Amino acid sequence: MMILSYLLILLMIIGALAAVLFENLLNSIISLGLISLIAAALMFILKAPDVAMTEAIIGAGLTTSIFIFTLIKINRGDSQ
Amino acid sequence: MRFRDYLSLFLVIILGFIIFQAFDGTIDNGLNIKQFGEVNLSERTSIHYINKDVNNESTQIIYNESKNPESGSANYVTSIIANYRALDTLGEITVLFIAAAGLAFVLGDHNKNNAFASDASFIVKIGVKILFPLLFLLGIYIIIHGHLTPGGGFQGGAVIATAILLKFLAYKDYKLNHTGLTILESFAGISFLIIGLIGLYTDGSFLTNFLANGTIGTLFSAGVIPIIYILIGIKVGAELSGIISNLINA
Amino acid sequence: MAFLNQWAYIGGSIILILIGLFGVLTRRNLIKIVVSIGIMDTGVNLLLVSLGYINGGLAPILTATNPTNNLNFVDPLPQALVLTAIVIGVAILALALSIVIKIYENNNTLQIDELRGLKL
Repeated sequence: MMILSYLLILLMIIGALAAVLFENLLNSIISLGLISLIAAALMFILKAPDVAMTEAIIGAGLTTSIFIFTLIKINRGDSQ
Repeated sequence: MRFRDYLSLFLVIILGFIIFQAFDGTIDNGLNIKQFGEVNLSERTSIHYINKDVNNESTQIIYNESKNPESGSANYVTSIIANYRALDTLGEITVLFIAAAGLAFVLGDHNKNNAFASDASFIVKIGVKILFPLLFLLGIYIIIHGHLTPGGGFQGGAVIATAILLKFLAYKDYKLNHTGLTILESFAGISFLIIGLIGLYTDGSFLTNFLANGTIGTLFSAGVIPIIYILIGIKVGAELSGIISNLINA
Repeated sequence: MAFLNQWAYIGGSIILILIGLFGVLTRRNLIKIVVSIGIMDTGVNLLLVSLGYINGGLAPILTATNPTNNLNFVDPLPQALVLTAIVIGVAILALALSIVIKIYENNNTLQIDELRGLKL
C-alpha cells in the first residue's frame, strides 16, 4: 500500500511538470485532468471518502469540460 | 525572457526551503505540527465533534441505539458542515452565487452562434437517452442520504450538473430555461436563511437544530440536517448548470 | 525509509504548490496561467487533507461494522473545510475563463506581452 502511494505521488509530480512545460494547450488541459484523478485516488487512500468523491466529480469532470468549451470559443485548439 | 525564468526558479526554490522548514514535524517551531500520522486527537478540537458533546461530558454513541444525541447524523463530516459550522456553509453559498452571477453578467449575450456545428451521432443520442434519468436519480439519492453514507449536497449537485452536461453534448440546439433556474436558486437560498431565522426565534441562536433528533442511523433522523442538505443540493445543481449553459451558448 | 514515510504526502503537496507558482510567474499564455492556478488549488487541498491523517485510522462514519465512538477515527475537521474549498475552486476557474474569452474577443491575442494599457 505504501509503495502504491509513492508511485502515485511521483506520477502526479511528473504530470504537473508536463502541464506547465508543454507548448500545446490541449496537452496541458488533459494533464490537469490526470492530476485531479490521481489526487482523488490519494485522498481515498488517506481515508477521506467524501473529499475523494467531490474532487473526482468536480476536478476530473467539470473543470476539464469548462476548459475545452473555452478552447472551442476561441478556436485555438492546436497552436501556442 | 531567459533571465526572468531563472530568477523565478531561484525565488521559488528559496520559498520552498522556507515552507519545508515550517511543515517539519521533528524540529520545534511554534506552530504545533507533529509528525505525519502521529497526531494525538485529544489535543485537537475534533475530539468534541467525535464524542458529540461540547461541554466535556464523555457520552457513548452507539449506531442504531443512541436516542437524541447532540447532533444526530452518523456521518461526522456532514454534522460538521450542516450543524456545528453551518455559518461557513452560508458563506460558501454566497461565494458561489457571486461567481455564477459574475459569469452570467460577462457572458450573458445569447444572440451568437452555438458552440457545436452538428448533432452527435446516433449511438451517443440513444446512450444519453438511457443515461440521463439514471444519473438524475443517482444525484437525488446521494443528496438525500447525506447523513448516513459519504455524500451530501455538494456531490449530488455536481452529479446533476454532469447529467445536464451530457444533454448539452448530445443535442446541438438544447437550451435551458433560465427563468426556471433563477426561481429554483432563489427559493433554495431564501429557504436556507428562513430556517436559520426560525432557529434564532425558537432557541436563541442562528441556525440551531429546532427539530427532534431521532435514533442515529435511520433515514428520518438528525433534525434539520437533511432539509439543509436538500436545499444546498438544489442550489449547487442549478448554479453549475447555469454556468455550463452560459459557457456553451456564447 | 523513515524519511520517505515522513515526507511523502506533505512534500509532494508542497512540490505541487511550487510548480503551480512557477507556472503563474513565467508562462506567457493566458490559459496556461489559469491552468497553473488550478494546479495550486489541487496541491493546497491535498496538503490540508494529509495534515489530519492518523496511522491505522478509520474513515469518520458510524456504520454497522464501526458502531461506537471509541474507535480510532481520522480527523474529520480538515475534510469538512476542504469540501467547501474544492467547490469554490471550480467557480473561480469558471469566472477567470469568462474574462479570458472577453479579452480574446477584444484584442485577438492571448499573449500577455501584446496586451498593453488601454486602447482608445
